[in-house]
Amino acid sequence: MRFPVNGAPHLPPKPRVNRLMGQVVLALLPAIAAHWWFFGWGIAIQIALACLFALGFEWGMLRLRQRRPRLFLTDGSALVTAVLFALCLPPLSPWWVSATGMLFAIVVAKHLYGGLGYNLFNPAMVGLAAVIIAFPTELSQWLTPRGPASAPPGLTESLLTVFSGVPPERLAWEALTSATPLELVRTGLQDQLLMSEIRTHPVFGTLGGRGWDWIGLATLLGGLWLVWQRVIGWHVPAAVILTTLLVTLPLWLIAPDLHASPLSQLFSGGLLLCAFFIATDPVSGSATPRGKLLFGAGVAILTLAIRRWGGFPDGVAFAVLLMNMLVPLIDRYTRPRVYGYAR
Amino acid sequence: MGARPHAFPGGLALPHHKQVSLDAPLRRCPLPDRVFVPVGQHQGESGQVLVETGQPVIAGQALTASEGDFEVPAHAPCAGTVVGLTRRPASHPPGSLRRCVEIRTGAEPGAAAPRRLKNWHQAPPSMIVDHLRQMGLAGMGGAVFPTAAKLRGPWPEIHTLILNGAECEPWIACDESLMRARPSDVVAGGLILAAAAGAGRIILAVEDPMDETAEALRQAARELGAAGSIEVVTVPAVYPEGGERQLIQTLTGLEVPHDGLPQDLGLVCHNVATAAAAFDAAERGRPLTERIVTVTGPGVAQPCNLVAPVGAPAAWLIEQAGGYTEQACRLILGGPMSGTALETDEVIMTKGSNCLLVLDTPPPDPNSVLPCINCGACVEACPASLMPQLLLRAIDGARYQQARDLALFDCIECGCCAQVCPSHIPLVDYYRHAKGELRLRDLDQRRAALARRRHEARQERLAREQAEREARRRARAERLRQKGGAENEIQAAIARARNKKKPAE
Repeated sequence: MRFPVNGAPHLPPKPRVNRLMGQVVLALLPAIAAHWWFFGWGIAIQIALACLFALGFEWGMLRLRQRRPRLFLTDGSALVTAVLFALCLPPLSPWWVSATGMLFAIVVAKHLYGGLGYNLFNPAMVGLAAVIIAFPTELSQWLTPRGPASAPPGLTESLLTVFSGVPPERLAWEALTSATPLELVRTGLQDQLLMSEIRTHPVFGTLGGRGWDWIGLATLLGGLWLVWQRVIGWHVPAAVILTTLLVTLPLWLIAPDLHASPLSQLFSGGLLLCAFFIATDPVSGSATPRGKLLFGAGVAILTLAIRRWGGFPDGVAFAVLLMNMLVPLIDRYTRPRVYGYAR
Repeated sequence: MGARPHAFPGGLALPHHKQVSLDAPLRRCPLPDRVFVPVGQHQGESGQVLVETGQPVIAGQALTASEGDFEVPAHAPCAGTVVGLTRRPASHPPGSLRRCVEIRTGAEPGAAAPRRLKNWHQAPPSMIVDHLRQMGLAGMGGAVFPTAAKLRGPWPEIHTLILNGAECEPWIACDESLMRARPSDVVAGGLILAAAAGAGRIILAVEDPMDETAEALRQAARELGAAGSIEVVTVPAVYPEGGERQLIQTLTGLEVPHDGLPQDLGLVCHNVATAAAAFDAAERGRPLTERIVTVTGPGVAQPCNLVAPVGAPAAWLIEQAGGYTEQACRLILGGPMSGTALETDEVIMTKGSNCLLVLDTPPPDPNSVLPCINCGACVEACPASLMPQLLLRAIDGARYQQARDLALFDCIECGCCAQVCPSHIPLVDYYRHAKGELRLRDLDQRRAALARRRHEARQERLAREQAEREARRRARAERLRQKGGAENEIQAAIARARNKKKPAE
């Protein structure tokens, strides 16, 4: 009898890339739900838009590069990029923000660098950095989270706003939006205000911003599930969170009025999302265990620095991109010692 | 239960599937009509063939000679008539043919007078090694490395013999089957091997799911009065625990130097089946002509462990195990992680064939391979602490030298990386290709260096000859220029001519 041959190993293979990507999206659901509760339908629209643009660009680039669209469109990586990008956008950003972001994420950051597996920079963060620079006003229009005095706009109003770029007449940007906790802290500290004074603003909640702490907790939940499912390793999230705490805790203990508390740093902006979902992107991250720790620590420190001294709403995107540049170097110097070589 | 004394990095806890074949009792495989005894082994040289076409042979008769430790002789597994030297499909390298002595079985029964080495307790080590070599012992874990060459060599004293009974690959159960059936012979064989290596201590490693087997081995050691020198250790069943280097790391915490051998650490590692063969060779005077083969998998009707003669075709063994099932899809020699896929079941069983595995899953579709996403799952799984994804990038870009610098040659080809890869990249295929490529380049380089040396030597010789000629010419010219030089020359020539004539007178 004759048989087909192939190289070892011969066991049925483990889960595929698309299954891992699916699990990542699944783990984001709690955060998306919390986002929806506090900011309304904006997040759903942004995710739908970003996914549409991402798949469109992906398909176009695969055609241009003469790759098999079916194999690569189903790998799920473009969808993960789109969802992560959408989660970082203000919920009522106009549609062209999403289009520009995805253009930079999928076309420039991913396919011009060689497609899946070859991109040096995290595509979602390239897209985000591009729109932060290109549309500073749109990117600062964060809605006031749901509270006793404010409710997020409904589906129709959200759709109108996203597609026309301006809110319907009876709503005004001034009524809808408010500064984010991160902005308040940065500008407040620059204006010589004390933390205790800054925190009297109604957007602050128990941990970070009101609503933001719940989104953060939901992100944490999804992230921990991913670690438990072994979709992501523990190194990067642990490094990001521990570094944030280690850097901010002593400062906060010494001068609580001059520095935001460690927990509020962790639970505002995109730091937790970054820790579990963005900095854990394998392609643009380090692959060695020690390298992952260094990478996570670097992302945390840079994020905190940009938050404190930078001019952007959040430092996550730039921190991740800067650390992406260092990955080849990190990988080179953190290689594990090979079996049988002297210590 | 074995608390892991030392851990090796990476590895995989795989489903066992060993019970599938262990449920059936160990039985003897009947002789096929013809056996094809391979002349050469996987490793080492092949000896001179000692038999001729048409010659009757008896069971245990040597078919090839053994000149040195690296020449393992082959013996007839049964009585019969030599049909001739034929080429039969071999498992390694895939698709190749191997020279075999074809024997038609079923001739008048007879057996060679057993050549025992009963007094091995008193015999000097080299005598035991010689005996084991004459009995055709080779590593039965799979590599078929000549046992004699492993027992003596230019290294410092060996203090510990490790008997490897940890066959961590799924499905393979031949070693466990052996240890269950003949615990006492394994232990006694271990004592013989230790005596041959001059080792005072024996560690017998079995996997921790084999608790009963471990107890039987301890009992056997007590009965043989060797409980003091033999330590039975259970190690966790993590693949590739049964790999020599990983087992040494687990048992001792030491790492074999990347450019060295276990013997450099004073250790020598032998498979338990080799130990049982050593017992047969010394106490029963039987050469190594049969081994236990696990025939198993979802593609086999009645999975079992068979005592099969070396030289039987794979198809014969599978027939004895009830034949193929309808799902049979792929035939693997060895385990599912590092075994070789066979194109045909005409492949001949050698001394290292431990398992025939018939799988019901088709080979993976090469068109579904995605690019590496650098996820690092392979880095975590690698027992040698390599960076498989960097190796892949280097090899994919044909940067073989870079792959060598990334310690490509320390890859043990265990397959853990490929098993966990979410992009389903056949990583081991890449590494094998690159190793082959680098070996070829090294060979080319050596040849080029040799040619250059030869060329330089020739140039040097030509220059030297030219210089010598020049010097002679100058000396002559000098002599001629001296006063009366030419006259003297002529006188001398006349004198020479006279001298030549003299004997004729």
